Amino acid sequence: MTQALFGQLLVGLINGSFYALLSLGLAIIFGLLDVVNFAHGAQYMLGAYLAWMGLTWLGVGYWVALLAAPAAVGLLGMAVERLLLRRLRGLDNLYGLLLTFGLALVVEGLFRQAFGISGNAYPVPPQLAGARNLGFMVLPVYRAWVVVASLAVCLGSWLVIEKTRLGAYLRAGTENPALLQAFGVNVPLMFTVTYGFGAALAAFAGVMAAPVYQVTPLMGSQVIIVVFAVVVIGGMGSILGAIVTGLGLGLLEGLAKFLWPEVSGTVVFVAMALVLLLRPAGLFGRQR
Amino acid sequence: MSGRARVWLGYGLLVAVGLAAPFVVYPVFAMNVLCLALFASAFNLLLGYAGLLSFGHAAFLGAAAYAAGYVTREWGLPTEAGLLAGVAVAAALGLVFGALAIRRSGIYFAMITLGFAQLVYFLAVQLPWTGGEDGFQGIPRGKLLGVLDLDRPLAMYYFVWAVFLLAFWLIQRTIASPFGHVLRAIRENEPRALSLGYEVDRYKLTAFVLSAALSGLAGALRALVNQFAALPDLYWHTSGAVVLMTLLGGMGTVTGPSVGALLVGALENYLASLGSWVTVITGAVFVLCVLSFRRGIVGEVRALVKRSF
Repeated sequence: MTQALFGQLLVGLINGSFYALLSLGLAIIFGLLDVVNFAHGAQYMLGAYLAWMGLTWLGVGYWVALLAAPAAVGLLGMAVERLLLRRLRGLDNLYGLLLTFGLALVVEGLFRQAFGISGNAYPVPPQLAGARNLGFMVLPVYRAWVVVASLAVCLGSWLVIEKTRLGAYLRAGTENPALLQAFGVNVPLMFTVTYGFGAALAAFAGVMAAPVYQVTPLMGSQVIIVVFAVVVIGGMGSILGAIVTGLGLGLLEGLAKFLWPEVSGTVVFVAMALVLLLRPAGLFGRQR
Repeated sequence: MSGRARVWLGYGLLVAVGLAAPFVVYPVFAMNVLCLALFASAFNLLLGYAGLLSFGHAAFLGAAAYAAGYVTREWGLPTEAGLLAGVAVAAALGLVFGALAIRRSGIYFAMITLGFAQLVYFLAVQLPWTGGEDGFQGIPRGKLLGVLDLDRPLAMYYFVWAVFLLAFWLIQRTIASPFGHVLRAIRENEPRALSLGYEVDRYKLTAFVLSAALSGLAGALRALVNQFAALPDLYWHTSGAVVLMTLLGGMGTVTGPSVGALLVGALENYLASLGSWVTVITGAVFVLCVLSFRRGIVGEVRALVKRSF
C-alpha cells in the first residue's frame, strides 16, 4: 500500500521535475521575448533524440550528450530567433505562438517520417544504474538523480535571474527593452541568447528524460500541453511560480494515479479550471 | 459593380460551384471540405472578428461528433436529432469553457482553451462508450425528415451543402449585424469598447458560444458523413489545423476560411500517401503564412484589387 503510494509519488515528482524545467524555459522566453514558445516540446524531443542518435550511431555516452545536445539545440534556437522570430517583433504576440507552432509541426513531422512513432529505449548510464532500498520504498538511483539535477538547474537559473547583473539586465529587458538599449546593452543579442538558453533548457530536460521515458517523436507534443496548463496555473510572471507549480502538479498527478487512476490524465486540467475560477491570474502571477 | 451586386455574384458563384462539385470530385471529399469550411468559418467568427485566438476548437468539433453518433446509434434517434444534439453539446461546452477562458486574454486565453480541449480529449480516451483509440464507429446517416435516404451519396452531399449554405449565411449575417460591429470594436480596442458601455465579457462569451455551436454543427455533420467520430478530431493538432485554414485563407474575411479549408483539405487528401511529410508541409505553410502573408490568400487578393483600382 505505502509502497505503491510512494512509488506513484516518485513518478509524480519525476514528471514534476520535467514540468518544472520545461515551464521554466517557457517562462524565461516569454518573460523577455513575449513569445509563447510552442516549439518547446519539439526542442525537448530533439534533445532526447540527439542523445539517442549520439549513443546509437556514434557511441557518444550520456554525460557528453547531457552537455552537447542542449548546446546544439540552443544554437539551433538562436538561429530560429535570429532568422524567424525577430521578424515578428512588434506584432501581436499571437504570431509568435503560431510561428513556433508551425516549427513544432515541421520538426515533429520530420522525426515521424524518419523514425516512425514507435518508441526507442535509452539505457540508464552505468554510473547511475541500480536502486537503493529506503525501507519504505525502493528508489532507483537514476530517478533520484533526475529530481536532484532538475532542482539544481531550476534553482541555479532562479539565482542567476534574481541575484546577478546579467539577471538584472534580463529583468530590466522584460520591463523596458528600449530603455535598456539606451544604456548600451545589446538587447537584440540578449533576445537571441535568451531564446537559445530556453531551447537548451528544453533539450536538457529531453536528455534527462530519455532513460525514463521512451524516446519518440510524439513525446514533445504530449508533454507541452500539460506544461502550458502548469504555466496557466502558476502564472507566467514568476520563475519561482513555474518551478513550484511544475513540481506540485507532478505530485498531484502521482497522487491521482494512486487514488483514482482513471482521472490522472485530466487532474491537471481540472486544477487549471479551479485555479481560473478562484485566482484568474494564476497562483503566483500578477494580473496584467 | 456595387457592393450588393458583388455579394450576389459571390453567392451565385458559390451556388454554381457547390452544385457542380460532386460531379467533379469525390463526393465524400467534397463533403469533408464543406464541413471543414464551416468549422473554419465558425472559428473565424471568433479569431477574425472578436480577436480571440482559441487553441481548443477541436473540442467542439469532436465532442459534437461523438454526441451526434451516440444519439443516432445508441438511442436510434433521427438524423436531425443527432445534429441538434451535437450543436447543443458543443454550445454547452462552449459556455463553460468560454466563461472560464475569457477571464484571461491573449496568449493565456489560447493556452486555457487548449487545456480544456485536452481535457475533452482525455475523456474521449477514457469513457467506456467512446471506443477509445478506435473511435466511435457505425454511425447511421438515417433518413432526412424520415423521407430522403442519406445513404445515397448525392442526397447526403446536397444535404451537407444546404446546411453549409445556411450556416454560412448565418455567420455572414452575424458579422454584418450590430453585434458583429461591437465584436470588431472589442477586437480593435477593448478598453474603449468597455468605456463606451458595452458589456465586453458578455459579447465575447456570446461570440464564443456561437462559434462553438457552429463548430459543433460542423463536427456532427462530419460524423454523419464519415459515419464515425475519431479521436484525432479532438487532438490539439486539429485545433492547430483550423487556425492554419483561417490564417491561410485570410482571417477576418468572410470567404477566407473556406478557401483555407479547401486548400488544407486538398493537401491532406491528395498528399496522404506522403505520410508524415504532410505534417512537415503543413507546418512550413504555417511558418510562411505567419512570416510573409499574414492577410491570407483572400486578404492579399483583396488588398491587390484595392491597390489596382
